[in-house]
Amino acid sequence: MSAVPAALAAPRSVSPMWRGFRDAFRRHPTAILGGVLLLVMVAAAIAAPWLWTVDPQALSPVRRLKPPSGEYWFGTDMLGRDVYSRVVYGARVSLTVGIAVAILSTVLGLALGMLTGFVRWIDAILMRVMDGLMSIPAVLLAISLMALTQASLENVIFAITLSEVPRVVRLVRSLVLSLREQPFVEAATAAGTGIARTLVRHILPNTVAPLLVQGTYIFASAMITEAILSFIGAGTPPNIPSWGNVMAEARSLFQIAGYLILFPGIFLSLTVLAVNLLGDGMRDALDPRLARRM
Amino acid sequence: MGVVALFVFSLLYISPGDPAAVIAGDIATAEDIARIRAKLGLDEPYMVRFGNWLWALAHGDLGVSIFTGLPVARLIGQRIEPTVALTLCTLIVTIALAVPVGVVAAWKVGTWIDRSVMGFSVLGFSIPVFVIAYLLIMLFSVQLGWLPVQGYRSINEGWWPFLSHMILPSAALGTVYMALIARITRATMLDVLSQDYIRTAQAKGLSSNQVLLGHALKNASVPIVTVIGIGIALLISGVVVTETVFAIPGIGRLTVDAILRRDYPIIQAVTLLFSGVYVLINLAVDMSYTFLDPRIRY
Repeated sequence: MSAVPAALAAPRSVSPMWRGFRDAFRRHPTAILGGVLLLVMVAAAIAAPWLWTVDPQALSPVRRLKPPSGEYWFGTDMLGRDVYSRVVYGARVSLTVGIAVAILSTVLGLALGMLTGFVRWIDAILMRVMDGLMSIPAVLLAISLMALTQASLENVIFAITLSEVPRVVRLVRSLVLSLREQPFVEAATAAGTGIARTLVRHILPNTVAPLLVQGTYIFASAMITEAILSFIGAGTPPNIPSWGNVMAEARSLFQIAGYLILFPGIFLSLTVLAVNLLGDGMRDALDPRLARRM
Repeated sequence: MGVVALFVFSLLYISPGDPAAVIAGDIATAEDIARIRAKLGLDEPYMVRFGNWLWALAHGDLGVSIFTGLPVARLIGQRIEPTVALTLCTLIVTIALAVPVGVVAAWKVGTWIDRSVMGFSVLGFSIPVFVIAYLLIMLFSVQLGWLPVQGYRSINEGWWPFLSHMILPSAALGTVYMALIARITRATMLDVLSQDYIRTAQAKGLSSNQVLLGHALKNASVPIVTVIGIGIALLISGVVVTETVFAIPGIGRLTVDAILRRDYPIIQAVTLLFSGVYVLINLAVDMSYTFLDPRIRY
């Protein structure tokens, strides 16, 4: 009950969106937990060389398959590489893929979605293509794209982006279609605002919140897809220590060295969990109507 | 589906490597390769080749595997049983568990039951399928020794061998799917439970079971079935991974082997097959709406 006067007394200068954010985060400790966890992971990825790691690629035949110990925190793999170092450096790869795919597919989806929402003849063609792409399960699409190209980090990002874009286009298109019927857009058109200006000034700001949430979920699913691709041998090249790769190499060894899969698996799951919690928190904060339901 | 076919064909078209050179072997001359290309119709323009390919496809001809030289259709036929068995097991168990769990969570909203269901659901979304699979193997096969580690037994070899090899793969594969369905069931049930006719039903003195199942779940069924259809995509990508972890000789395993060997006709056929199944299932889902909600007509 005491929260009501506090909310009323909130300074006018704080924008409603920001206030919504702050209050919701106060109400959703899990989102804060997710945010903090993600920040820790990002910090670890950036500071990888200073976190008591050694060269993640350094081979050492004499210390092959050592179980976790004081010296090798997460043990060593079959080539004698330090798993702890590989996992910490792996955070760089997974987070890069996640962030890059999230940004690329959101931007691309936004551009295409706004285009289809406003230019009707493009809509007919583009949406058929998008429907077609969507009828191929995302991971399968990424697999077949990766089978075509050389295994490289850029191609992994590109393949996952392409399989995520149709969903973003769909979302943006439906937003634009409902927004353009709103009175404020009609008013802008009546006042003589051009299409380009209407799109940028009136439509765009209203797509930011749902896109932010969608982008967060894409971030999470891109990291999982990268791990799946690497795990089945269609992803990041083996010389880059991504979490998926570390686990893929341990595939045949898991009965004698389960820790090889356990540690990268835990890191990957924790990071994806953090991003998902953050996404849930943001969705609740930005869309209170949905918050009650989901 | 047209776009899918075009995409899948282009995949083969632009794939590196010349099938004619592979077939001709190492000691072939340039003329030999050119002759084989002409015989296979590889020198025709793009659209003509696409037409030929579609025609062959309509006759059930999916091409020939580059690596083994066997027809792709036969390879898939040999591998389809384990995949179908695994998918069906997962589907049945998941739906049978997830829907009731979602209903109970919506009914007991805000309680610890609801919270643990939602917590499980977020976890299910976050842990990749192969990590779950290995955790399950480590616990139930390696530590406890209750279930076999890997492999597949056909149902012809008896029920228990079949089921014991199915439990862990199905559990691993089903987790994400279950999280998704439980979550959407809870969300739509919450929506429906706040409607006026639910209050009327309760006021009439109907038992909570009758209200929940007869009135609420029936009205919530359309979104739930929709998500069950869309979620098949998760199952399909999960099958590829699960079969790899559990060494199940199914289509997923075939795909992974094909990727490692860059055997494009197989990748192409599998993509086409899975997409076709996905589209068909979602078509069936669309058609089921008329049964679930008589207001919907086509």
